[in-house]
Amino acid sequence: MDVTLQLWIDAALTLMILSFLYRDNPFYKFAEHLFVGVSAAYLMAIGFWDHLVPNLLGKLFPSLMSGVVPGAVGRSPDYYYIIPAVFGLLLLTRLVDRWAWLSRWALAFIVGGSAGFNLPRFLDSDFIIQVQSTMVPLVVLDPAGNLLWGASFSHIVLVLGVICGLVYFFFSVEHKGILGHVSRAGIWVLMVTFGAAFGYTVMARISLLTGRMEALGAWLATMF
Amino acid sequence: MRLSPSRRKPHPDSFAIALLRAVLACTVFVAMAQTDLLFAQTDTESGWFNADRTQALVLGIVLTGAILLYVVLAASGRPLFIRKIAGLETVEEAVGRATEMGKPILYVPGLNDMDEVQTIASMNLLGHLATIIAGYDSRLHVPVRKSLVMSVARETVQQSYLSAGRPDAYQEDDIHYVSDAQFAYAAAVDGIIVRERPAACFYLGGFYAESLILAETGNSIGAIQIAGTARPPQLPFFVAACDYTLIGEELFAASAYLSKEPRMLGSLKGQDAGKGIAIVFILAGSALATLESVTGNETVREVSQIVLWLFR
Repeated sequence: MDVTLQLWIDAALTLMILSFLYRDNPFYKFAEHLFVGVSAAYLMAIGFWDHLVPNLLGKLFPSLMSGVVPGAVGRSPDYYYIIPAVFGLLLLTRLVDRWAWLSRWALAFIVGGSAGFNLPRFLDSDFIIQVQSTMVPLVVLDPAGNLLWGASFSHIVLVLGVICGLVYFFFSVEHKGILGHVSRAGIWVLMVTFGAAFGYTVMARISLLTGRMEALGAWLATMF
Repeated sequence: MRLSPSRRKPHPDSFAIALLRAVLACTVFVAMAQTDLLFAQTDTESGWFNADRTQALVLGIVLTGAILLYVVLAASGRPLFIRKIAGLETVEEAVGRATEMGKPILYVPGLNDMDEVQTIASMNLLGHLATIIAGYDSRLHVPVRKSLVMSVARETVQQSYLSAGRPDAYQEDDIHYVSDAQFAYAAAVDGIIVRERPAACFYLGGFYAESLILAETGNSIGAIQIAGTARPPQLPFFVAACDYTLIGEELFAASAYLSKEPRMLGSLKGQDAGKGIAIVFILAGSALATLESVTGNETVREVSQIVLWLFR
């Protein structure tokens, strides 16, 4: 496609989307529906060719798929893949009222399987590694035995912050008295963290806006 | 919900129990078969048990044991206290406001698929919310990004309407797929918000960069907004733009809080026990590390290494 035409389409759709900042209007509706329709169709095609064909059809019918799946030539069918194929087909039974209940078996397997798969992973990343990383000395000395104020302060803030945050997420006890104060400190720690994250992300969003503005600039440059 | 066909009108709980059993069976099976972490093959030889990960297995058993213990206690009828979670108290108020104004309620279950724990928690909350909405005879609108989430959301909401005695009020088309593309989905939900002007917006699940776009649009129409996610980078945006935000684990605790269901309450108590264990070990580990740093004592160093080994 001609580069100038691409720039015009790019700029027109960007302006249509940005017009939403004023109010909802037919231009935004057009861009929104185009975006939704094109992306849904594109991702469906991608899903079919990038996932279903190589991961299922290529395994079950390698000779049939040898033209489209690299490495399928000469491979024997892997019949274990009949199981996911059956589960996939069970999901489609939703389309027939009489057999719709069968789709729940596939759903139950997906939900339960995902929970089981994630259990050891989360135990490792969200519990063990986090606890280990917080077991730090509150007093840090250099090899000569001098106190490192900065590192010590940082470690104290880390340990106290984590403990206060954990206490805030205690649901079994009423947050009153000392526990209430610690929990209150925990929410302060969380809010300070959120504030820092907010500022950091706003900076990243501005870079996205700059990218769009540069695209509009390139479009304007074609006119002058 | 049921896992088998029946000509009789189903009892609302029977299918839920059957599905729960199937889900639990799958969870246990997959967790046991998941060989990456606990039962991984070593570098040099194959085997069923990775001795390097023994401590992970021990901690897993302790934490799971605590959860099971509290579930059994809860099931035996022992009352379990759960503290008030800000935001959840206003759910019914938000639904009531929408009913009075004759406007719909928007529920966004996040961007993740059903393999994400946050989406599973979101479906639990959707079920409770749909039961309240069915009672108020309001309209619930759920645009989703993933086809599987749509299927589960439809099942969940249908079941809620059935248990509320309002199966006729269930509208399948109000729970619909939009697009898998993140910003196409965000653009479409923004469009829904400004055109339908829902009185209450719920954003509960896993969110990414679109969180502020959605929450800010909802804010601009004056809707009551309740959000919740366990993705830390998105929490600041929800805190800034929504009336109430469920922070991190509050999202998972919410369904137990709303339902007061003994098994969920027991699970929540068990998780609190896990947090208690974490606090004890953090304090002990830090104290030992500090002593080791200050005194350089060999015995302290050895004890410290044992505690660290548990969390290696």
